[in-house]
Amino acid sequence: MPDPTKIRATANGDVVEVKMLMSHPESTGLTTDAAGKLKLATTPHYIKTVTVACNDRTVMTGDWGPAVSKNPFLTLRFKGGKPGDKITVTWNDSAGESRTDEATVG
Amino acid sequence: MKSNRRDFLKLAGGGSALALLVGSGWIPTRAWAADDVLHALAPGDSRKEFEAHTIDELVKALGGTQAQLSKDVDLTAPDIAENGAVVPVEVQSNLPNTKLIAIACEKNPNALTAACHIPDGTEPYVSLRMKLAQTAKVTALVQTDKGFFYAERLVKVTLGGCGG
Repeated sequence: MPDPTKIRATANGDVVEVKMLMSHPESTGLTTDAAGKLKLATTPHYIKTVTVACNDRTVMTGDWGPAVSKNPFLTLRFKGGKPGDKITVTWNDSAGESRTDEATVG
Repeated sequence: MKSNRRDFLKLAGGGSALALLVGSGWIPTRAWAADDVLHALAPGDSRKEFEAHTIDELVKALGGTQAQLSKDVDLTAPDIAENGAVVPVEVQSNLPNTKLIAIACEKNPNALTAACHIPDGTEPYVSLRMKLAQTAKVTALVQTDKGFFYAERLVKVTLGGCGG
């Protein structure tokens, strides 16, 4: 089971800024051979979809590919949040794993 | 007469030998395609937009026709990235009704890095870290109700981020 996503959500007036640090290898499966040419060595393993919700309202969905860096760090801002709201971050990866984590807007 | 017959045999023999080679797989018919089209997606990942290799293909895969360069798309990325595996990219769209923010690079094995759908009420802003295979232009593609707009920025990479 992957490590939990670290979530920090801060309200600034009406706008809530959410910072998320997901724990994921984000492997492209590519290596470079002796000639410096890229080739596929292992099965790629990366996050395919991300959903961020505030209470029950979806504030962002993402379709991601293998070029997102290891341990993805995502920042977004949305309107209409207040301290005490619940932020839920869910990701599904190419290996069929998924993880959902929660935090409260501070 | 004699020379004609010889020519005919040569032609026929050569032709059939070539057909035999192609048929038996000695001459791969799509060798050139397999070489520069590197499929870096996991098995079972059949999302069309990730198969695009150019921004034009990407816009078409996302359901558009073409993208225009726009000053209202702010793309923040470093001029020089020491490590291509971690390149911080920030996109802010100042266009009304932004529905989608996509981060892409044509020189990566798959052009599209991430596509973020922005519902109403969420600010058209995304910050993410991406991998770059080599020095290349990073493109921020934004979809609004008026079509696709983009901004691009050259990022120099000293160490590529693909082999990992």
